[in-house]
Amino acid sequence: MPKTAYLEFERDVVEIQDQIEKLLDLAERKDIDVSAEVRVLREKLDSLRQQTYDNLRPIEQVQVARHPRRPFTLDYVERVFTDWIELHGDRLYRDDGAVVGGWARLAGRSVMVIGHQKGRDMSENLLRNFGMSHPEGYRKALRLMRQAEKFERPVITFIDTMGAYPGIGSEERGIAEAIATNLREMARLRTPLLSVVIGEGGSGGALGLGVTDRILMLEHSIYSVISPEGCAAILWRSAEHREKAAAALRLTAGNLVELGVCDEIVAEPPGGSHSDWDAAATLLGEALERNVRELAGIPVEKLLRRRWAKYESMGAWREV
Amino acid sequence: MAWFRKDKKPLQAQDRRDVPSNVFDKCAGCGEILYSERLAQNLNVCPSCGHHLRIPAGAYLELLIDDQTFEELDDHLRAADPLGFRDLKSYPERIAAAEAKGKTEAVISGLGEIEDVPVVIAVMDFSFVGGSMGSVVGEKIARAGRAALSQKVPLIIVSASGGARMQEGIYSLMQMAKTSAVLARLHEAGIPYISILTNPTTGGVTASFAMLGDVNVAEPGALVGFAGPRVIEETIKQELPEGFQRSEFLLDHGMVDIVVDRRELKQTVARLLRHMLGKPAATVGVEDTEGDAGTEGVERSAG
Repeated sequence: MPKTAYLEFERDVVEIQDQIEKLLDLAERKDIDVSAEVRVLREKLDSLRQQTYDNLRPIEQVQVARHPRRPFTLDYVERVFTDWIELHGDRLYRDDGAVVGGWARLAGRSVMVIGHQKGRDMSENLLRNFGMSHPEGYRKALRLMRQAEKFERPVITFIDTMGAYPGIGSEERGIAEAIATNLREMARLRTPLLSVVIGEGGSGGALGLGVTDRILMLEHSIYSVISPEGCAAILWRSAEHREKAAAALRLTAGNLVELGVCDEIVAEPPGGSHSDWDAAATLLGEALERNVRELAGIPVEKLLRRRWAKYESMGAWREV
Repeated sequence: MAWFRKDKKPLQAQDRRDVPSNVFDKCAGCGEILYSERLAQNLNVCPSCGHHLRIPAGAYLELLIDDQTFEELDDHLRAADPLGFRDLKSYPERIAAAEAKGKTEAVISGLGEIEDVPVVIAVMDFSFVGGSMGSVVGEKIARAGRAALSQKVPLIIVSASGGARMQEGIYSLMQMAKTSAVLARLHEAGIPYISILTNPTTGGVTASFAMLGDVNVAEPGALVGFAGPRVIEETIKQELPEGFQRSEFLLDHGMVDIVVDRRELKQTVARLLRHMLGKPAATVGVEDTEGDAGTEGVERSAG
């Protein structure tokens, strides 16, 4: 993993990491024993990471959720599933690289996996459009979900997007219609649906893959109706107030559990998923496997009634 | 069928408050100075250029629903403050300010008849916090959908919205899922749903129930889209083409079925409902039952 990109509050962590590496390098070149020093530094590193990540402010949670070194959908697909066959295209216009999907096995069980896909460098981002889907992405996703329904297989969606793409082509080809249709059709799909927010759950673009029987969130992921920057620009009249907006929006995994929207938080390794992809994938794999197993045991009529009841009860109002 | 004949006073008195009370109005479309009274008689459509001025929710009920047949539902629901949200003002303060203008929320719903066809109708009101969708809007739309489902009558929704009510955070986003889930059930039950798009309809409302009509009807010149034009311009760093995201643009791109002049809205909806419900055509008040009579008099952009 490149260690170029790190966040402001990670500076101390990264510094200690560098020191350990320098020591190990020195030990090798000069043939001296540094194990005692390294042990001390590693302990220091672990406690500092723990301390930092246990006390993230909302705006820092947002930064971690968007961390460029955080594993993306295909990084998890590679580590959590086997027998992956990616399927392409919406059969209507084109293949959207911002959403990936295909068959895969989770502990041997065939499932349909669909997710937003971000890119890490410029060439990847050209293909992935920074994880911001056009209508085609949502239509591809729905096509694959219906395929899963046809063969009575569960669907797992990975949510990780700033939002649907706001552009001319997107509007011309009906981004609103594509998302709306997914919301309605996911509400009536006769197969178990499970979603997990792995990074950024941004607005309607996230929800377009997110109407599911259960919603999991990674510990440091966020889910919000609008980005803190967008919210601040409108309500505080300047994006500079994003820190206040991030706090006010209550967009962390913990907040979403309190609000009854998120069903389960999936723990991340100390220092966040970006510090250890394999460990993050192991933790997520276990949670997905257990949830799919539970959902697959529920008769489909009951599953649908529960899904409707869950969404129809969401919100808070007063009666006078 | 006594439920829709309850004697309730018509809504005129309240609606008038929203229409400019001075004697003259200036048309935002052509700049023509018009007599307010004449404009109101013309349903706030400019007699010289056909521009559709924004009208409040009550005015839509008045123009769509048969006299004396409207019975409001769920008018006891009010916004809560689930996040304890505060920006420059607190959310309860913003709500109180909006309520002080005489509305209770950004949607009004109820039972009524359109040319004697019983329906459930919900009309959004842009004047209440920009027609934003929070829990109350979502809940009232969902309840309207369930009323249509249980009474097996068509659902009509007139949309006007700036998007999500962000002061309600994730709950406002989830109203998109809630309303769409109810529409899924309506869809499966074979009950008609007509969506009427008015100026402006954007954001989460467009990306949920507003785009899901069996028939999507738009008023001429209405701004209808997902992202707002300014957000798109900032993203793509170029100016947007003339007429972008207007009703006629959506018609050209296959996103709405029909663009209908406000003065023909009721008749068009009634004709659609009679087709969908297998009822015979009306014998009076319909001059032309062939072709696309409903689009007559519609102001279209060039090309």
